[in-house]
Amino acid sequence: MGVIFSRNPVYAVLFLVLAFFQSAVLWLLVEAEFLAIVLVLVYVGAVMVLFLFVVMMLDITVEKIQGGFTRYAPIGLLITALMVIELVQVIWLRGNVGEVAAGFAATPEGYSNTGALGAVLYTEHAYAFEIAAVILLLAIVAAISLTMRRRPGLKTQDIAKQVSARAGDRVRIVKMDSEERR
Amino acid sequence: MIGLQHYLSIAAILFALSVAGIFINRRNLILLLMCIELMLLAVNFNFVAFSRYLGDETGQVFVFFILTVAAAEAAIGLAILVVLFRNRRSINVQELDSMKG
Repeated sequence: MGVIFSRNPVYAVLFLVLAFFQSAVLWLLVEAEFLAIVLVLVYVGAVMVLFLFVVMMLDITVEKIQGGFTRYAPIGLLITALMVIELVQVIWLRGNVGEVAAGFAATPEGYSNTGALGAVLYTEHAYAFEIAAVILLLAIVAAISLTMRRRPGLKTQDIAKQVSARAGDRVRIVKMDSEERR
Repeated sequence: MIGLQHYLSIAAILFALSVAGIFINRRNLILLLMCIELMLLAVNFNFVAFSRYLGDETGQVFVFFILTVAAAEAAIGLAILVVLFRNRRSINVQELDSMKG
Protein backbone atom coordinates (compact mmCIF):
# COMPACT_ATOMS: atom_id res chain seq x y z
CA MET A 1 0.00 0.00 0.00
CA GLY A 2 2.72 2.39 0.96
CA VAL A 3 4.49 1.92 -2.33
CA ILE A 4 1.70 3.41 -4.35
CA PHE A 5 0.31 5.97 -1.96
CA SER A 6 3.31 7.66 -0.41
CA ARG A 7 4.08 11.11 -1.68
CA ASN A 8 7.81 10.92 -1.20
CA PRO A 9 9.54 8.49 -3.58
CA VAL A 10 12.13 7.62 -0.94
CA TYR A 11 9.42 6.31 1.36
CA ALA A 12 7.94 4.41 -1.58
CA VAL A 13 11.26 2.66 -2.19
CA LEU A 14 11.56 1.76 1.47
CA PHE A 15 8.04 0.34 1.46
CA LEU A 16 8.98 -1.67 -1.61
CA VAL A 17 11.95 -3.09 0.29
CA LEU A 18 9.56 -4.05 3.06
CA ALA A 19 7.29 -5.77 0.55
CA PHE A 20 10.21 -7.73 -0.86
CA PHE A 21 11.32 -8.83 2.59
CA GLN A 22 7.84 -10.03 3.40
CA SER A 23 7.56 -11.99 0.21
CA ALA A 24 10.97 -13.52 0.85
CA VAL A 25 9.72 -14.73 4.21
CA LEU A 26 6.57 -16.09 2.58
CA TRP A 27 8.71 -17.97 0.07
CA LEU A 28 10.70 -19.39 2.93
CA LEU A 29 7.44 -20.72 4.31
CA VAL A 30 6.83 -22.75 1.15
CA GLU A 31 10.39 -24.05 1.37
CA ALA A 32 11.67 -22.15 -1.63
CA GLU A 33 14.74 -21.20 0.37
CA PHE A 34 17.09 -20.51 -2.49
CA LEU A 35 14.74 -18.10 -4.20
CA ALA A 36 14.00 -16.34 -0.94
CA ILE A 37 17.69 -15.74 -0.36
CA VAL A 38 18.16 -14.65 -3.96
CA LEU A 39 15.25 -12.25 -3.59
CA VAL A 40 16.78 -10.65 -0.53
CA LEU A 41 20.29 -10.50 -1.94
CA VAL A 42 19.56 -9.44 -5.48
CA TYR A 43 16.47 -7.35 -5.03
CA VAL A 44 16.85 -5.75 -1.65
CA GLY A 45 20.62 -5.67 -1.92
CA ALA A 46 21.11 -4.49 -5.46
CA VAL A 47 18.03 -3.36 -7.32
CA MET A 48 16.45 -1.46 -4.47
CA VAL A 49 19.72 0.27 -3.64
CA LEU A 50 19.89 1.24 -7.30
CA PHE A 51 16.38 2.67 -7.08
CA LEU A 52 17.26 4.52 -3.92
CA PHE A 53 20.38 5.95 -5.55
CA VAL A 54 18.44 7.19 -8.52
CA VAL A 55 15.64 8.61 -6.39
CA MET A 56 18.11 10.53 -4.30
CA MET A 57 20.29 11.54 -7.21
CA LEU A 58 17.46 13.08 -9.15
CA ASP A 59 16.45 15.55 -6.53
CA ILE A 60 12.76 15.57 -7.22
CA THR A 61 11.12 17.97 -4.90
CA VAL A 62 8.18 16.64 -2.98
CA GLU A 63 5.83 19.40 -3.91
CA LYS A 64 6.36 18.68 -7.58
CA ILE A 65 4.74 15.32 -7.01
CA GLN A 66 2.00 16.78 -4.85
CA GLY A 67 -0.16 16.84 -7.96
CA GLY A 68 -0.99 13.34 -6.86
CA PHE A 69 -4.20 11.85 -8.03
CA THR A 70 -4.96 12.27 -11.65
CA ARG A 71 -8.35 12.21 -13.15
CA TYR A 72 -7.85 8.55 -13.94
CA ALA A 73 -7.61 7.58 -10.28
CA PRO A 74 -11.29 6.71 -9.67
CA ILE A 75 -11.57 4.49 -12.73
CA GLY A 76 -8.25 2.90 -11.84
CA LEU A 77 -9.41 2.07 -8.36
CA LEU A 78 -12.64 0.70 -9.78
CA ILE A 79 -10.77 -1.58 -12.17
CA THR A 80 -8.50 -2.69 -9.34
CA ALA A 81 -11.39 -3.55 -7.07
CA LEU A 82 -13.01 -5.52 -9.88
CA MET A 83 -9.78 -7.40 -10.51
CA VAL A 84 -9.36 -8.32 -6.85
CA ILE A 85 -12.94 -9.51 -6.54
CA GLU A 86 -12.83 -11.60 -9.68
CA LEU A 87 -9.43 -13.14 -9.01
CA VAL A 88 -10.25 -14.07 -5.45
CA GLN A 89 -13.58 -15.45 -6.57
CA VAL A 90 -11.94 -17.59 -9.21
CA ILE A 91 -9.31 -18.80 -6.81
CA TRP A 92 -11.64 -19.59 -3.95
CA LEU A 93 -14.79 -20.78 -5.65
CA ARG A 94 -13.64 -22.66 -8.70
CA GLY A 95 -11.07 -24.95 -7.15
CA ASN A 96 -12.13 -27.86 -5.03
CA VAL A 97 -11.42 -26.01 -1.83
CA GLY A 98 -11.48 -28.92 0.53
CA GLU A 99 -8.75 -30.75 -1.29
CA VAL A 100 -6.45 -27.88 -2.13
CA ALA A 101 -6.76 -25.88 1.06
CA ALA A 102 -5.35 -28.73 3.06
CA GLY A 103 -1.88 -27.29 2.57
CA PHE A 104 1.14 -28.30 0.59
CA ALA A 105 2.39 -31.84 0.61
CA ALA A 106 5.31 -32.36 2.91
CA THR A 107 8.69 -32.59 1.29
CA PRO A 108 10.65 -35.80 1.78
CA GLU A 109 13.23 -36.02 4.48
CA GLY A 110 16.60 -34.53 3.60
CA TYR A 111 15.21 -32.54 0.69
CA SER A 112 17.42 -29.66 -0.35
CA ASN A 113 15.71 -26.95 -2.33
CA THR A 114 18.97 -25.41 -3.49
CA GLY A 115 20.36 -28.78 -4.54
CA ALA A 116 17.25 -29.74 -6.46
CA LEU A 117 17.10 -26.36 -8.14
CA GLY A 118 20.73 -26.51 -9.15
CA ALA A 119 20.32 -30.02 -10.52
CA VAL A 120 17.52 -28.87 -12.78
CA LEU A 121 19.07 -25.52 -13.63
CA TYR A 122 22.41 -26.79 -14.86
CA THR A 123 21.11 -29.77 -16.80
CA GLU A 124 17.74 -29.15 -18.37
CA HIS A 125 17.87 -25.38 -18.46
CA ALA A 126 21.56 -24.81 -19.13
CA TYR A 127 20.84 -23.02 -22.40
CA ALA A 128 18.37 -20.62 -20.80
CA PHE A 129 20.86 -20.08 -18.01
CA GLU A 130 23.49 -18.91 -20.48
CA ILE A 131 20.97 -16.64 -22.15
CA ALA A 132 20.25 -15.12 -18.75
CA ALA A 133 23.95 -14.46 -18.31
CA VAL A 134 24.07 -12.72 -21.69
CA ILE A 135 21.03 -10.63 -20.74
CA LEU A 136 22.77 -9.48 -17.59
CA LEU A 137 25.87 -8.55 -19.57
CA LEU A 138 23.64 -6.66 -21.98
CA ALA A 139 22.13 -4.77 -19.06
CA ILE A 140 25.57 -3.77 -17.79
CA VAL A 141 26.71 -2.57 -21.19
CA ALA A 142 23.48 -0.73 -21.91
CA ALA A 143 23.34 1.00 -18.53
CA ILE A 144 26.93 2.17 -18.73
CA SER A 145 26.78 3.30 -22.32
CA LEU A 146 23.52 5.16 -21.71
CA THR A 147 24.68 7.10 -18.70
CA MET A 148 28.25 7.78 -19.75
CA ARG A 149 28.86 11.28 -20.90
CA ARG A 150 31.98 12.97 -22.14
CA ARG A 151 32.90 15.94 -20.08
CA PRO A 152 34.96 18.58 -21.84
CA GLY A 153 38.44 18.88 -20.45
CA LEU A 154 38.59 15.30 -19.31
CA LYS A 155 41.80 13.51 -20.22
CA THR A 156 40.95 10.23 -21.91
CA GLN A 157 42.71 7.79 -24.17
CA ASP A 158 41.97 7.69 -27.85
CA ILE A 159 42.93 4.16 -28.74
CA ALA A 160 42.78 4.57 -32.50
CA LYS A 161 45.04 7.58 -32.33
CA GLN A 162 47.50 5.73 -30.12
CA VAL A 163 47.69 2.70 -32.35
CA SER A 164 48.09 4.67 -35.53
CA ALA A 165 50.88 6.83 -34.16
CA ARG A 166 54.21 6.39 -35.94
CA ALA A 167 57.67 7.28 -34.78
CA GLY A 168 57.94 9.86 -37.55
CA ASP A 169 55.02 11.80 -36.08
CA ARG A 170 56.59 12.16 -32.69
CA VAL A 171 60.34 12.46 -33.13
CA ARG A 172 61.96 14.87 -35.50
CA ILE A 173 65.51 13.88 -36.42
CA VAL A 174 67.68 16.84 -37.14
CA LYS A 175 70.83 16.41 -39.17
CA MET A 176 73.52 18.89 -38.16
CA ASP A 177 77.20 19.11 -37.93
CA SER A 178 78.92 18.72 -34.64
CA GLU A 179 79.90 21.94 -32.99
CA GLU A 180 83.07 22.74 -31.25
CA ARG A 181 82.93 23.25 -27.53
CA ARG A 182 83.59 26.75 -26.44
CA MET B 1 -3.27 -24.59 7.18
CA ILE B 2 -1.82 -22.27 4.60
CA GLY B 3 -2.46 -23.64 1.17
CA LEU B 4 -2.12 -22.83 -2.47
CA GLN B 5 -5.14 -20.59 -2.49
CA HIS B 6 -3.79 -18.26 0.16
CA TYR B 7 -0.67 -17.74 -1.87
CA LEU B 8 -2.61 -17.18 -5.06
CA SER B 9 -4.80 -14.64 -3.26
CA ILE B 10 -1.79 -12.73 -2.01
CA ALA B 11 -0.34 -12.68 -5.50
CA ALA B 12 -3.63 -11.45 -6.93
CA ILE B 13 -3.90 -8.68 -4.36
CA LEU B 14 -0.29 -7.65 -4.98
CA PHE B 15 -0.86 -7.56 -8.71
CA ALA B 16 -4.03 -5.52 -8.35
CA LEU B 17 -2.25 -3.10 -6.03
CA SER B 18 0.48 -2.56 -8.57
CA VAL B 19 -2.10 -1.95 -11.28
CA ALA B 20 -3.71 0.60 -8.99
CA GLY B 21 -0.31 2.15 -8.44
CA ILE B 22 0.20 2.58 -12.16
CA PHE B 23 -3.19 4.23 -12.45
CA ILE B 24 -2.67 6.51 -9.48
CA ASN B 25 0.92 7.60 -9.98
CA ARG B 26 0.73 8.62 -13.56
CA ARG B 27 3.12 11.48 -12.98
CA ASN B 28 6.24 9.93 -11.56
CA LEU B 29 8.21 7.59 -13.78
CA ILE B 30 10.20 6.05 -10.93
CA LEU B 31 7.03 4.97 -9.19
CA LEU B 32 5.81 3.41 -12.43
CA LEU B 33 8.99 1.34 -12.60
CA MET B 34 8.52 0.28 -9.00
CA CYS B 35 4.96 -0.81 -9.74
CA ILE B 36 6.26 -2.94 -12.58
CA GLU B 37 8.68 -4.58 -10.14
CA LEU B 38 5.75 -5.29 -7.85
CA MET B 39 3.85 -6.90 -10.72
CA LEU B 40 6.77 -9.18 -11.47
CA LEU B 41 6.90 -10.10 -7.80
CA ALA B 42 3.24 -11.09 -7.90
CA VAL B 43 3.85 -13.29 -10.93
CA ASN B 44 6.79 -14.88 -9.15
CA PHE B 45 4.53 -15.56 -6.21
CA ASN B 46 2.23 -17.56 -8.44
CA PHE B 47 5.14 -19.46 -9.93
CA VAL B 48 6.56 -20.40 -6.56
CA ALA B 49 3.21 -21.45 -5.17
CA PHE B 50 2.36 -23.65 -8.12
CA SER B 51 5.85 -25.11 -8.26
CA ARG B 52 5.53 -26.12 -4.63
CA TYR B 53 2.03 -27.40 -5.16
CA LEU B 54 2.95 -29.58 -8.11
CA GLY B 55 6.30 -30.64 -6.68
CA ASP B 56 8.12 -29.48 -9.79
CA GLU B 57 11.27 -27.37 -9.64
CA THR B 58 10.85 -25.96 -13.14
CA GLY B 59 8.61 -23.20 -11.84
CA GLN B 60 11.31 -22.03 -9.49
CA VAL B 61 13.84 -22.06 -12.31
CA PHE B 62 11.44 -19.81 -14.17
CA VAL B 63 11.28 -17.48 -11.19
CA PHE B 64 15.04 -17.33 -11.25
CA PHE B 65 15.05 -16.23 -14.88
CA ILE B 66 12.30 -13.71 -14.26
CA LEU B 67 14.37 -12.23 -11.46
CA THR B 68 17.32 -11.98 -13.83
CA VAL B 69 15.33 -10.26 -16.53
CA ALA B 70 13.68 -7.96 -13.99
CA ALA B 71 17.07 -6.89 -12.65
CA ALA B 72 18.29 -6.17 -16.16
CA GLU B 73 15.12 -4.29 -16.94
CA ALA B 74 15.41 -2.21 -13.80
CA ALA B 75 19.02 -1.33 -14.57
CA ILE B 76 18.28 -0.26 -18.13
CA GLY B 77 15.11 1.55 -17.13
CA LEU B 78 16.87 3.53 -14.47
CA ALA B 79 19.70 4.36 -16.87
CA ILE B 80 17.19 5.68 -19.38
CA LEU B 81 15.54 7.60 -16.56
CA VAL B 82 18.81 9.24 -15.58
CA VAL B 83 19.54 10.27 -19.15
CA LEU B 84 15.98 11.56 -19.50
CA PHE B 85 16.24 13.61 -16.34
CA ARG B 86 19.55 15.01 -17.46
CA ASN B 87 18.06 16.14 -20.74
CA ARG B 88 14.61 17.29 -19.68
CA ARG B 89 15.12 18.18 -15.99
CA SER B 90 11.89 16.33 -15.22
CA ILE B 91 10.50 12.83 -15.07
CA ASN B 92 6.90 13.84 -15.28
CA VAL B 93 5.16 11.48 -17.67
CA GLN B 94 2.74 14.16 -18.79
CA GLU B 95 5.58 16.28 -20.11
CA LEU B 96 7.09 13.53 -22.22
CA ASP B 97 5.19 14.47 -25.33
CA SER B 98 8.01 15.41 -27.64
CA MET B 99 7.13 12.51 -29.94
CA LYS B 100 3.59 13.70 -30.31
CA GLY B 101 2.70 13.91 -33.97
